[in-house]
Formats: sequence, C-alpha cells, structure tokens
Amino acid sequence: MFTVINYLLLTGLAAVCMLPFLHVLSISLSSAQEVAAGRVGLYPAKFTWASYETVFGSAGYMKASLVSLERIALGVSLNMLLTVLLAYPLSKESGQFRMRTVYVWLFILPMLFSGGMIPTYMIVKETGLIDSIWALILPNAVPIFNVVLLLNFFRGIPREMEESAKIDGANHFTIMWRIYVPVSMAGLATVFLFAVVAHWNSWFDGMIYLNSPKDYPLQTYLHMSFTVKDFSEMTPEELEHYFKVDDRTGRAAQIFVAALPILLVYPFLQRHFMKGIVLGSVKE
Amino acid sequence: MDVIAPLRREWNRNGLLHVMVWPALFLVLLYHYGAMAGLLMAFERYVPTKGFFNSPWIGWDNYKYVIALPDTPRVIVNTLKISTMKIIFGLITPVVTALLLNEVRKMAFRRIFQTIVYFPHFLSWVIISGILMDILSPSDGMVNRLIAGLGGKPIFFLGDNNWFQFTLVASDVWKDFGFKTIVYLAALTSISPTLYEASEIDGANRWQQTLHITLPGIVPIIILLTTLSLGEVLNAGFDQILNLYSPAVYKTGDVIDTLVYRLGLQQFQYGVATAVGFFKSCVSLILIGISYFLAYRLANYRIF
Repeated sequence: MFTVINYLLLTGLAAVCMLPFLHVLSISLSSAQEVAAGRVGLYPAKFTWASYETVFGSAGYMKASLVSLERIALGVSLNMLLTVLLAYPLSKESGQFRMRTVYVWLFILPMLFSGGMIPTYMIVKETGLIDSIWALILPNAVPIFNVVLLLNFFRGIPREMEESAKIDGANHFTIMWRIYVPVSMAGLATVFLFAVVAHWNSWFDGMIYLNSPKDYPLQTYLHMSFTVKDFSEMTPEELEHYFKVDDRTGRAAQIFVAALPILLVYPFLQRHFMKGIVLGSVKE
Repeated sequence: MDVIAPLRREWNRNGLLHVMVWPALFLVLLYHYGAMAGLLMAFERYVPTKGFFNSPWIGWDNYKYVIALPDTPRVIVNTLKISTMKIIFGLITPVVTALLLNEVRKMAFRRIFQTIVYFPHFLSWVIISGILMDILSPSDGMVNRLIAGLGGKPIFFLGDNNWFQFTLVASDVWKDFGFKTIVYLAALTSISPTLYEASEIDGANRWQQTLHITLPGIVPIIILLTTLSLGEVLNAGFDQILNLYSPAVYKTGDVIDTLVYRLGLQQFQYGVATAVGFFKSCVSLILIGISYFLAYRLANYRIF
C-alpha cells in the first residue's frame, strides 16, 4: 500500500517538474489563435513551426546567439587554459612547492569576500572593457571552483608517473601536458562542461557591461525581452525590440531554442556532475 | 641576510610552477583585488572623473544616508525572510524526496526520476522566469486556468505582494531540489544495510527504522549543507529576483542586492551602493566564517 502511494507521490513530483516545459513546448508548436483561446494544454493544438521560423529568422535573436557562441569559444578556452595551468602547480604538496598555500589562499579569498557589484563594475570600466565582449570573459576568467576540482583530480594521479618523467629529464610543462592532461580527460570534460554551461547561462554581465543590444549575448537579449517593465528607462532601440517580441508563441519558441543546448548536453552533464560533486566538496 | 640565494634556489627548483600560476594570478589580482580597492567609494562622494583615490572623502555619510532611507528596513526584512524560507523548504523537500526515493526498489524508476527533477538546475533564471511568466499569468496562464477550473479566483503570483515571496521560494525549491535530492540519496545509500537488518531482527517496523537509522544517518550531511548555506543568507537569490520582480512587488521582493543594483547602476549613486554592498560582504564573511567553523565542529568538515 505504502509502495503504491510512494510511486504516485514521486510520479506526481516528477510531473510537476516536467509539465511546465511540456506546456511551453506545446505553446511554441501551436498556432497563435489556439494559444490565445486557451486551448493548449500539454500537447500542441494546430501544430505549426511558425514561431520557430520567426525565431530563426529574427536577426536580433540569431545575432545574440552568435555572441553567446563567440563568448563561449573565447571564454571557455581561456577558462580551460587557466584552470589547467593553475591546477597543476597547486596540486603539488606544500612540502615540494612552498608558496602553494599562499597562492591557494590568494585565490580562495575572493570567493569569501568581494568588492561587490559596483567596485567590480568600476574596474571593468577602468580597464576599458565596457562594450567589449572581453567584459564577459576576463573578469571571471579564473573559475576557482573548477580549479579545485581539477586540482583534486590531479592529486589522484600516482607520483611515480611524475617522478619517472623527471628522471627522463622532463620539466614541469612537459609533465603537465604529456602526462597529467591526457590522464585527466574525465576531469577535464567535467570542468569543460561546467564552464560551457556557466557561459551559456550568464546574462547579468552582458546587461551591465554592454550598452548596445546589438552586443548582447543570448540570455541578456532574452532577459531584456521578457522582463522590461519600465519603458522610460529604455533606449529607442530597446523599445523597438521589446514590442517586436510581444506574443506567447514567439516567447515560448525563444525559450525553447535557448534551453536546447542545455538539453543536448544534459546526459553528459548528469554523468559528470555527480563526479564533480564528489571530487570537489565533501572530504572527511 | 642573504635574500638572493634562496630566491634563486626556489626559482631553479620551482620556477616553472610559479610562472604557471602568474597569468591567473594577474587576472584575479586585477579584477577581484582591484575591485576591493573600489570599496573606498563607500566612504567617498564618488566623482567618476576623479576616480577612487581622489574623490572627496565623506566618512560615514553614505551609511547615514542609507540607514535613513525608507527602503532599508524593508529590504533587510525581505532578504532575511526570503532566505530563511528558502533554506527551510530547500531542506525539507529534497530530504523527504530522498527518503521516499530510497524506498523505491526499481532502479529504473529512480534513474528516470532523478533525470527529470535534476534538469531545471542547469537552466538559467532567464529561461525559467520566461516559463514562469507564462504559466503564472493571471489572464491565461496554465496555473490560473487550473485554479479557475477548481472554482477559485485568479492569483497574480508575480504581481501580488501577498504571493510574491511564496512564488520566489516555491520556484527556487522547484529549480534546485533535484540536485540536492541526489546528494541526500547518495548519503542514504551509504548507510550500512546491516543496521537495517539488525533492527528488523529486533522487530522494528519501517517507521521506526526511518526514525532511528535513516534520519540519524543523514544528519551529518544535512548539517553540512545547511551550515554551508548560512554564508549565502544575505544573497536571497539576486539572479532569480531580478528576473521575476517589478516595481509592483518591491514591497516584498526587494532585497539588499536589488537595492544596490538600482542605487548604483540605475541611479548612479555609486558611493551609497558601494557602502551597502560593502556592509553586506562583511556580514557575509562573518557568517561564512561561523558556518565553516560550525560545519567543522558539528560535521567534521574541512575545506582543505
């Protein structure tokens, strides 16, 4: 008896998680009149690709997607490079590499205390990154959480490999690139996925550091479409853009296309996320 | 004292390791520690043309101004209320779900369930707010249609001060309970089965087993996750709120970070906004310190 109730409860819970997506997906695939009439529930009514055609035909949306892709290409490359470059030296024991602890604390401290929104904005301004895509890349170029993850991964690699390479005359760079990196593909994949998702989902930096909607990455573009409430604060460009997107099927399609990449990498995310959690946090 | 020789020794031995660290260090020094220098603005009447170091120094005046603002008490109360509710419900929901899921024998069901509930965690709040704004719409949203079908009046979830905090907490729990469930479930499965077997021999029923074996088994991880989230109490979900709020719900939805955002980046009161942010960072640091100390004492957790 309990088992039956349990299964029902859990199924209900899973349904609550899934239904909103199914509903929005159905809206995006239905004709606008059916949606306005309230006839769309969990499956499309009068199936049509029209709203998706609009999305892919929208210059603003496609440009924003390209900006996001560009930001991922540049940002994730830099993230990965810095992550590996940091994880390797910091994975050494402090017996061997004495400054290690100092460096680690230098990197951990900003996680505990930061200048905050306004001072960070000022620094980005002072370094001339306003209105540049680099404002989305440089300030958070060092993903310290990922570094700690990879660092722990590196620590699991047997010392013998490093020592035998040293005997053969290898320096640290060689050891890192030829031995640690190839062996850590699983850890690198995890770190890579986290970096990609973080860049894809990031929207606030685009909003405050970029002034022209033409430069926005996708999530910022969507945020401005969905949530602007005070018209007096919008530029003429933004006003024009806002009124263009004011329909339910169009919005639904935009949501879905933006969520699609996450959906696609989701199986990989699932696999690596648990590993990441185990590696990166609880240690007895 | 000979300074050069030890430095040269260190360089010969570990020079490359240092060089590897420096690019990342440079960026962090510039954008994180450099930003800390900007905290000076909290005590200045900041003039953009003069910069951090030359703007007029006004001491505690920014703080006096903030304390006198009518927004301030409301904002602090909202932040604490929303955070506390999120912590409580963000704890109960995944724990209960994990306990229920633990009773499920079919592994396939467990895996499919986890896959489904885990997904919202990876979406941005922009996407989720887009979905919420559609289904919670008072005119034609799915939820209100259901309510109307059951005979009720439409609820303006995102625009009514009586409902906004509920909406914030509920949607936050919905987004993140999936991955927390997985963490708790992992803890549950690591409880030794022999404990259960021994208790069965002693005649314990399922309820007694849950009370005396299962719950004590996950108390450490619960304490761990809860105390670690203490450091975040003043954040209250800025990302989410900025996507979902509007002037209509400032009364219950405005939190410290949203006030800082509006004061600083929309009204250009840089000094005041920095002052508030600085205060928040300091309090958060103290809370993080306390929470790590507690986690260490209560659950034997060390960060390094």
